[in-house]
Amino acid sequence: MLKAEICITLKKTVADPQGLTIKQALESMGYQGLEKVRIGKFIIIELSGRNKVSAQKEAEEMCAKLLANPIIEDYRIEIKED
Amino acid sequence: MKFGVIVFPGSNCDQDCFYVARDVLKQPVEYIWHKSADLNGFDCLILPGGFSYGDYLRCGAIARFSPVMNSVIKFAESGRLVIGICNGFQILLEAGLLPGAMLRNKNLHFICKHVFVKLENSSTPFTHLGSQGEVLRIPIAHNEGNYYIDRAGLKELQDNRQIVFRYCGPQGQASEEFCPNGAVDNIAGIINKQGNVLGMMPHPERCAELALGSVDGKFIFESMVNRFIVGTGLKPVPTDR
Repeated sequence: MLKAEICITLKKTVADPQGLTIKQALESMGYQGLEKVRIGKFIIIELSGRNKVSAQKEAEEMCAKLLANPIIEDYRIEIKED
Repeated sequence: MKFGVIVFPGSNCDQDCFYVARDVLKQPVEYIWHKSADLNGFDCLILPGGFSYGDYLRCGAIARFSPVMNSVIKFAESGRLVIGICNGFQILLEAGLLPGAMLRNKNLHFICKHVFVKLENSSTPFTHLGSQGEVLRIPIAHNEGNYYIDRAGLKELQDNRQIVFRYCGPQGQASEEFCPNGAVDNIAGIINKQGNVLGMMPHPERCAELALGSVDGKFIFESMVNRFIVGTGLKPVPTDR
């Protein structure tokens, strides 16, 4: 079986108020030198009956159509053997 | 003019919109379950507020693939009126019927309060009974109303007069300090280029009767009806505007 691991984050140009709030919390706990904190979504899809190439292609399609919004988000896909 | 109020799983302003159409405007209206693809006989569609599909993934992202949405897109392309309110606006954005996207409110809070909104374009089918620049007091209730569009997109909205409502102060000052959610250029509502699809975060259906403390949203529904009946011989709905 294959597993598509999809990581979706806000584009660099889009402000991330959650990330900023977490950064401030970490700093108030004493962590120093934090340049930036960004938050995102992690989606795991288990797939059967595909090879790595077709799994990658289909995952790309899912991201473009539904999983990510290209206006505000970027995504990375990793196909792994389970 | 026959209204259709589309009901998605998780819509919760559908009954308010239905009530305004039937009891305040005295117009025919029907609910449309999101699984229906048949929009025959409707003159105007309302995508109401709420939390369609629990706001999972992104607000409106899953509702956008409901069976009814292909028909909604065709309906809009035919030039008939479509209004999306709050979650309905988010669905129209996800469906690509309006440009841009919604982000979490800048302060990360769900904001539920009355705000001031300036009417920036009173020559649309949804706003022609209003006066250019007038200040409306309308409630908002959302967690993701932080409208985002890139610079080129914003310029296009401005150049085509597609920005219909902007958050403002009581005297109509549309400056950043009066923007409740971080929206680009204080944008509270936009219209498509063709001028028949409107999306807005404020809830006009929640301020369409004096008993609710404000009637500032009523003219939006009246504008739609009275624009529609032009040339039909039907009687316009009475309005105090």
